[in-house]
Amino acid sequence: MKKLINKPEDVTTEALRGVAAAHSSLVVDVDNKIISRAGGARKGKVGLVSGGGSGHEPLHGGFVGYGMLDAACPGEVFTSPVPDQMLAATKLVDGGAGVLHIVKNYTGDVLNFQMAAELAADDDIEVTPVVVNDDVAVQDSLYTAGRRGTGATVFVEKIAGALAEQDKELKKVADVAREVNERSRSFGVALTACTTPGSGQPGFELPDDEIELGVGIHGEPGRERGKHRTAAKIVDFSLDAIHSDMPLSGDLAVLVNGMGGTPLIELYVVFNEVNRVVKGLGARITRSLVGNYITALDMTGVSITVVRLTPDLTKLWDAPVETPALRWGR
Amino acid sequence: MEKVLQVDVTTVRDWVGRIATDLEANKDLLTQLDSAIGDADHGTNMVRGFTAVTAALHDATPGTPGELLVLVGSTLISKVGGASGPLYGTAFRRAGKALGAAPDISAEALGTALAAALEGVQGLGAAAEGDKTMVDALAPAVRAYQQAQAAGASIADAADAAARAAAVGAEATIPLQALKGRASYLGARSVGHQDPGATSTSIVLAALAASLVGSD
Repeated sequence: MKKLINKPEDVTTEALRGVAAAHSSLVVDVDNKIISRAGGARKGKVGLVSGGGSGHEPLHGGFVGYGMLDAACPGEVFTSPVPDQMLAATKLVDGGAGVLHIVKNYTGDVLNFQMAAELAADDDIEVTPVVVNDDVAVQDSLYTAGRRGTGATVFVEKIAGALAEQDKELKKVADVAREVNERSRSFGVALTACTTPGSGQPGFELPDDEIELGVGIHGEPGRERGKHRTAAKIVDFSLDAIHSDMPLSGDLAVLVNGMGGTPLIELYVVFNEVNRVVKGLGARITRSLVGNYITALDMTGVSITVVRLTPDLTKLWDAPVETPALRWGR
Repeated sequence: MEKVLQVDVTTVRDWVGRIATDLEANKDLLTQLDSAIGDADHGTNMVRGFTAVTAALHDATPGTPGELLVLVGSTLISKVGGASGPLYGTAFRRAGKALGAAPDISAEALGTALAAALEGVQGLGAAAEGDKTMVDALAPAVRAYQQAQAAGASIADAADAAARAAAVGAEATIPLQALKGRASYLGARSVGHQDPGATSTSIVLAALAASLVGSD
């Protein structure tokens, strides 16, 4: 597999150097792998920290900036970051009002953030974790590690970030983060597997004429493997999975997200199909995002995230944001 | 019976050295097992962790077995990431803390330390036996150790019993369906593969038995 890299073991470090060089609004601690806002912590503002394995860019580093995250901790590719890193980031962004940890529901991320929160408590920093688990592909959460955190993370980070910018207290910021998670559902489909820089081999085998329905952002399997089909049928399947879990009604925000290797034109084809299905259900899309926001390296495929908005959530979504990957209103 | 060899900080250092060597030798096996039901990085992560442990032990001179094991655990938590960093890190830290400041380890104390490691892993990961995780190797190992020790076995023989039980436990994960960790997303597709975490636990305990050979 051809990759634009120098040495596999240097990928995460060199990418961080690139982030630092490209975005003067960010401070990048390459040794400790922490991306934070250039301004540092603001007194009285709740700090927002997220993190997870690398390979999902722009998540999370691309969402550091005004109106969203204060810091991000990237791990190795598809491997969660470590507690020391999260603790350092937590200390860095603490403005005395406590720190929100936004954690995608993967065993490694949850365990490492849990240990970081314990360490932060020893330093008298109040930390509240919010676990994002929006992936409806994982049906029987009793018999698994639970639903995975995927596209809803972008909405949680944006909306909680907007509230934190108003200097609201930690409890309120955590509450809105949980509310967004509870009102969000996602479903992903892979057309091809992804290849990590370290292995050079596809993470799973998918025959040319098959797709993985319900794929995770590391190429984890979903509900079933099936024959490839039209975009309309893929969207029907995906939204049926979402709608039967959380009936879609009212105003919706929809993210049609590329997995890293999907042409934008195909994402718009998918968005058109999502709009068709949503209209058919009597709901309407009032906010939209189309592009690569939470990727799985070079995987081709798409994930669809739907958030049932409220007027308050819509306002927070519309609030100004200025990050490398999301910016408006400022 | 006269003491053949004292189990002290040098023995524990030897154990940790053996773990590093054995993990390196089994790196590809662990990664292969993990690629079947996980994300193909368990061998790499464990080797990265114990390479860091080796470096930390090179620079530090912990005075007691307990202190050394706490250092091993803290290093793993700091360097590995993923689920195995916190889980193995907690196991070693709890074992180290259970040993306290004693300069050497009795057969009974080692049993207590192993049980503390298991309790730490289960407290953090919430896995039960049969979930197809490292607990499937660690839990039977702790039981085998304690049974052997209660029956009057030497520390070496009890550790050997633990290592054997861990190996059997790891192999017994093959027909299981994973209920915790990333493999759980495979559902029934996880059946038929040996759990990588249980396998690395078995390697760690085999190294323990090897470093205790001849000890009473």
